[in-house]
Amino acid sequence: MSLKNRSTFFTDREGANPRSLRGKIDKLSSCFLAIASISSIFVVSTIAALLLYNFMKFCEQGFLPSILSDVWLPSKGEYGLLPFIAGTLWITAVAMTISLPLGFLTAIFMAEYIPRKMHSPIKSLIELLAGIPSVVYGMWGLMVLVPLVRDQLAPLIGGSLGKVFPLFRVNVNIGFSILAAGIVLSIMVLPIMISTSEEVMRAVPMEYREAALALGATRWQATKTVVLRLASPGIFAGIILSFCRAFGETMAVLMVAGNVITVPSSLFDPAYPLTALIANHLPEMISIPSYAYALLTAGFILFVVTFSFNVIARLVVRRLKRMGQ
Amino acid sequence: MLSSKSLKNLQHSRPSVQGKIVVENLNVYFGKHHVLKNLSIAIPDRQVTAIIGPSGCGKTTFLRSLNRMIELVDGAKVTGKVFLDGLNIYSPKVDSSDIRRRVGMVFQKPNPLPMSIYDNVAFGPRIHGIRNKKVLDKLVEESLKAAGLWDEVKNRLKDPAVSLSGGQQQRLCIARALAVNPEVLLMDEPTASLDPISSAKIESLIRELKRKYTIIVVTHNLQQAMRIADYVVFLFMGELIEHGAADEIFTSPRNTKTIEYLRGAFS
Ligand SMILES: Nc1ncnc2c1ncn2[C@@H]1O[C@H](COP(=O)(O)OP(=O)(O)OP(=O)(O)O)[C@@H](O)[C@H]1O
Ligand SMILES: [Mg+2]
Repeated sequence: MSLKNRSTFFTDREGANPRSLRGKIDKLSSCFLAIASISSIFVVSTIAALLLYNFMKFCEQGFLPSILSDVWLPSKGEYGLLPFIAGTLWITAVAMTISLPLGFLTAIFMAEYIPRKMHSPIKSLIELLAGIPSVVYGMWGLMVLVPLVRDQLAPLIGGSLGKVFPLFRVNVNIGFSILAAGIVLSIMVLPIMISTSEEVMRAVPMEYREAALALGATRWQATKTVVLRLASPGIFAGIILSFCRAFGETMAVLMVAGNVITVPSSLFDPAYPLTALIANHLPEMISIPSYAYALLTAGFILFVVTFSFNVIARLVVRRLKRMGQ
Repeated sequence: MLSSKSLKNLQHSRPSVQGKIVVENLNVYFGKHHVLKNLSIAIPDRQVTAIIGPSGCGKTTFLRSLNRMIELVDGAKVTGKVFLDGLNIYSPKVDSSDIRRRVGMVFQKPNPLPMSIYDNVAFGPRIHGIRNKKVLDKLVEESLKAAGLWDEVKNRLKDPAVSLSGGQQQRLCIARALAVNPEVLLMDEPTASLDPISSAKIESLIRELKRKYTIIVVTHNLQQAMRIADYVVFLFMGELIEHGAADEIFTSPRNTKTIEYLRGAFS
């Protein structure tokens, strides 16, 4: 009924015959939406099918046991993916270790503490950070971080902590390292982490904060007991999103990780992440079938991990939301 | 002699009149907008003070400046003094969360936190460091009883607070405010969103609570003000026009604006 009223309202104002026009626009837009959703389903399923098919081929050729081997000798038919899997895991772990606390605290600051005047410049800065192409981050890493790690951090940390903890031991010092790649990645995912967390914190209604503050809660107590509690599903989803972004990032890590085929054991070791493996071997992939199977299997692993993280995130978010009530 | 007395008052930064809350030359600005204009008033202890006035005259702003909730508004500026038992709550060494514990607040729209009934009432005490389950249980029970809600919820304390009716939610919010043992209770149109029966319950609760607490209620409803108020404050466009005992204001108001407002001229 109210809809009908509204359309007469528009008729009066626009003079034309909007009912049929509106009807057409409506049909057209739902048509577009249908096409968009069908094509995205199509794309996802073809990717999944392609990767799965190649994975099966990979297994058929008897390469499966070699996935977890560390020997990568394609000329001899050895396709051990362990170094690459390890490289990706290391770099992602370092990136998350840095960006998680930093992003979380920044988001809290942005959502709860920052004076309004300062908010929008900082927000624009973060958006700017999100818009920089990854190859530029890669160059920055190459020009700034790699020398920094090689000349400053490695000698400093390796000489102190490295003597006690193997994690910080300097085995080879070329600057191209898990640490450099992890730092670049952490800066790349930081904007995602900050903006998703900040958004969900801001979405917590003011009246809840007021309820807590009016009882004599300090700002931090109100944030901790009310805002973070209510925002936790969204924050969690943001963390997963950042993880997937870090996990799948290619260009920037390829430029600073060193791309040495080894199973790394220290932050200062170079690494060869899965994504870099695929990107660096495209020519061979096209000409040698077994090579293609191996690389697509690497892609399959990336796909499965990010896909399952998304599913887990969804489940956890639903669970957390129910608990928040 | 008078001047030496007021000089002494100045030095000690003590209010010159008696009252649970004494406001002196209170001004509030939102940016350039001068919202409260030089208010001075003493609020009597353990009585119900009703704040009346047309929409937008600054009632909410006034109420919120009594427990420093006004500071949460971006761009709000407060000058002047508000004494709570002689302590200027705006003096730099005073902690706002301390003041808010002593001066509780109930909002126009019931705002229970999205947690259980029990946790809502226990929220304040927990924030102030009470962890002991027995102590909390007792506080929750006492507060709910004081808010007249205990019998309705005692068997469902673990239920989510949002499952209560609007009137029950508002009484829960009152219970929650009482649980931190405040001295003053500020209520901003506490019955505005409630049905008549729930409103009547809140009103009788207010009359009950004034034995222990100083209560300041903003209301648009003059009948309600007549029913519950001992003392009345009339604000108009940010200015304090008239204040005094409820009988006096309602039977023989002096200011023409008050008379017009009571006749319903502004509503
Ligand atoms: N956050 C704010 N920023 C700027 N101006 C504000 C803000 N809150 C209130 N005001 C202004 O301050 C004045 C007083 O507002 P206040 O909310 O105190 O009025 P009120 O008497 O409570 O009105 P009502 O009866 O409608 O609740 C109004 O003119 C209002 O527009
Ligand atoms: Mg108001």
